[in-house]
Amino acid sequence: MRGLKIIVLAKQVPDTRNVGKDAMKADGTVNRAALPAIFNPEDLNALEQALRLKDKYPGTTITLLTMGPGRAAEIIREAMYRGADNGYLLTDRKFAGSDTLATSYALSLAIKKLSPFDLVITGRQAIDGDTAQVGPQVAEKLDLPQITYAEEIISVGKKKITVKRRLERGVETLEAPLPLVITVHSSAPECRPRHAKYTIKYKHARSLGELQDTSEDYLQLQKDRPYLLINEWSVTDIDADLEQLGLSGSPTKVKKIENVVFTSRETRVLSPADDDIDNLMKELIEGHTIG
Amino acid sequence: MDNVFVYCEIEEGKIAEVSLELLSKGRSLATRQNCSLEAVVIGSGLKDIEKQIFPYGVDVLHIADDKRLYPYTTLPHAAIVKGLFEQEKPRIGLFGATSVGRDLAPRIASALKCGLTADCTELEIGNHTEIKTKKEFRDLLYQIRPAFGGNIIATIINPETRPQLATVREGVMKNEIHSTGHKGDIKEIDYQKWLSDDDFVIKVIERHIEKSKVNIKNAGIIVAGGYGVGSKENFKLLYELAGVLGGEVAGSRAAVDGGFVEHERQVGQTGVTVRPKLYIACGISGQIQHRAGMDQSVIIISINNDPGAPINQIADYTIVGDLTEIIPKMIKYYQKNTK
Ligand SMILES: Cc1cc2nc3c(=O)[nH]c(=O)nc-3n(C[C@H](O)[C@H](O)[C@H](O)COP(=O)(O)OP(=O)(O)OC[C@H]3O[C@@H](n4cnc5c(N)ncnc54)[C@H](O)[C@@H]3O)c2cc1C
Repeated sequence: MRGLKIIVLAKQVPDTRNVGKDAMKADGTVNRAALPAIFNPEDLNALEQALRLKDKYPGTTITLLTMGPGRAAEIIREAMYRGADNGYLLTDRKFAGSDTLATSYALSLAIKKLSPFDLVITGRQAIDGDTAQVGPQVAEKLDLPQITYAEEIISVGKKKITVKRRLERGVETLEAPLPLVITVHSSAPECRPRHAKYTIKYKHARSLGELQDTSEDYLQLQKDRPYLLINEWSVTDIDADLEQLGLSGSPTKVKKIENVVFTSRETRVLSPADDDIDNLMKELIEGHTIG
Repeated sequence: MDNVFVYCEIEEGKIAEVSLELLSKGRSLATRQNCSLEAVVIGSGLKDIEKQIFPYGVDVLHIADDKRLYPYTTLPHAAIVKGLFEQEKPRIGLFGATSVGRDLAPRIASALKCGLTADCTELEIGNHTEIKTKKEFRDLLYQIRPAFGGNIIATIINPETRPQLATVREGVMKNEIHSTGHKGDIKEIDYQKWLSDDDFVIKVIERHIEKSKVNIKNAGIIVAGGYGVGSKENFKLLYELAGVLGGEVAGSRAAVDGGFVEHERQVGQTGVTVRPKLYIACGISGQIQHRAGMDQSVIIISINNDPGAPINQIADYTIVGDLTEIIPKMIKYYQKNTK
């Protein structure tokens, strides 16, 4: 089996999972700015699937593609530390306000520019939106088949790939041709940690945006080692139609946002002492909640 | 034209529960807008399937019955739904937020360049005035859903594009029969014209469906355990309590991830939404994603050794202490004092 060319789509997201006390405002709502930016968890599951293919099929290359603000270069570096070969950051103010449709339009143009490829692998969904839409929409725009909710890429043959897919109440195994778009479910294996060798190798990897205002020495280092450059693409680099980007390219509009404030109930605090438990149970039985 | 469409999933001859819930919701949305409710069923061996569908008040049932269309694969179903939507021009299209609906709906949205909102928890009809242009839109679908990890609730609309697409998770809408005698029209979809051999490039080579044994959604009493239960072994205590009370056992995601309890029993934003008359949360901290699936319970008891656990804020009773000590006491009292 020859090496594969794999594009991993990933997103940098605010860590909405652990909204700790410091991220809560006095009115009980979330202070988004206080949340750390992380590598979207299921995109890490996706990266791991790609890395396993790279282990198995020598010559495989992994390109990480992300769209986001300048600092999203961080997740490209993170992917390099774990074994990705290079990365592209789609960044432009004109992408701002894009919903999933406009986002998948932009990503699909970038993917076309990276052609040819065998696989596009991404996480099923991102934790800031949980929509699970970008993967299938990218597949549609590339006119490629898709396998969503993947749990394991079992094998890759000359022209076909076998993938196990998670269902609500079971699993199915599918056989598909290449190229293909795969979205990976959180039940897939976790991503391996950083590799010491790659962490040293890519420590100074920077995007052009990050290289502004750095010293001459640093620029020279980048010139000597071209693999340290994290590529940046703007709207013009991917030749995008502005009408299909940002707010104008997004059919969904947000009409209203409400912060969730759970109305607290008046809670009666009990101790584990027999009396307290017995009284509670008695009350529940008398109120016909139980019994 | 301009009607409400529901894509119905089918498994072994039965319309999926989530699809029946969507038909129930679709009926009320159609009535509210004075249009008809239309169902789409794509599969194989669909004789008599209308019997499961018409009681939900479906006016038109669109059917594509072909061996190659079951089990579900993305491309042929997407080609047919896209073709049908282009032909029938629905105003609204609803899909289950499942491994099928969430695979299919985005593909349709991309092909038709229309808006889609995932995992809605409420669907309503309302008007909208665009602030900048003062342009008025009547009878839009308000697609209401939690976002940002459940920390905000957003109302999404698609003012300009049709159909307005949404997915909804199982258990979020109520399953309500409209009238048992209701009859609608059956229309065979002329689907061949939309399919090509290329749509069948993906083959299902093996499929393993577990019969769902548990149904926590309809349980009146739920004993739920979290990471604080500590082990699968300790979960036996919860089964015992649920057993004597006549309830079901559920878990938080951390408990599911820890392997203490099956995924089918997960309550919350990415699990099942429940509204029992009694919810006993044992060793559950009560993160927002968990609360989203159970805060409508009638009575909530929290058993937690941390008096500051967030779940306590929405509990009617908080027992502060070790669950392994408390649960046996509850069982003991109950057994002694009921027949
Ligand atoms: C996108 C997204 C979706 C999610 N969806 C869901 C979902 O659907 N459902 C869900 O549940 N979570 C979901 N989560 C995860 C959620 O954020 C929490 O991580 C999870 O609910 C925590 O589970 P827990 O309360 O069991 O564990 P923990 O937060 O670890 O809490 C354990 C609790 O047990 C208590 N405890 C420990 N020992 C004992 C003892 N001996 N006796 C009594 N109490 C004890 C502790 O005080 C603590 O309060 C989701 C997260 C994300 C990001």
